[in-house]
Amino acid sequence: MVSVEFLGPINKKTMQLDVKSLAQLSEVLKADEDISSWLDKCAVAVNDTLISDKNISLESGDKVSLLPPVCGG
Amino acid sequence: MSKLEIVDGPLYVNEITNRWHDEYKTSNYGAMLTFVGVVRDEDNIEGLSFDIYLPILEQWFSKWQEKAKQNNALVLMAHSKGDVLNHQSSYIAAVYSPKRRVALEMIDEFVEDFKANAPIWKYDIKDGQRVYAEDRSTKLNGAGILN
Repeated sequence: MVSVEFLGPINKKTMQLDVKSLAQLSEVLKADEDISSWLDKCAVAVNDTLISDKNISLESGDKVSLLPPVCGG
Repeated sequence: MSKLEIVDGPLYVNEITNRWHDEYKTSNYGAMLTFVGVVRDEDNIEGLSFDIYLPILEQWFSKWQEKAKQNNALVLMAHSKGDVLNHQSSYIAAVYSPKRRVALEMIDEFVEDFKANAPIWKYDIKDGQRVYAEDRSTKLNGAGILN
């Protein structure tokens, strides 16, 4: 299972999903009405590394994090 | 002493900046610059509130440590999580370097990069509720790949 966590203002508990790639995760999240509107704004980290390509495979135990727009300071 | 400090609630500016100064005043830095971010009373807010994702913040900050080291400089940062009321401080950044020009340029670059890339989320506090400051927030690099 892949752990998917939603950071900052996204009001959603961590999900455990049986997905094999980010592309597959994208399809699952697009169908989730709590999350779909966040997808165009969120950056993605796999195991705490920010990534820029959806063509990444996932393994059981991986952690995916969704990071919405930021504003520190 | 950790060069990145995360504090619950407001920062005590005097304590932090004095401690940093005392720690490094004999390290032969000729220029010690400090930036202090203060929560302004505007738009009827009571204050600001912050969430932080520490693993990626630490990675971002360690890249800045490396960059500073290459210039014989030092970067320090403190940030609040949770609530910080109007006129309190939520952010302190400092750059110490042997000569002023490096520090002056680096503090500008550091604070701007922080605004764009540090994984921190800001909320206005209005009527005791946290309201995500989405219109003042910036998408991170690579945003939207799952869309």
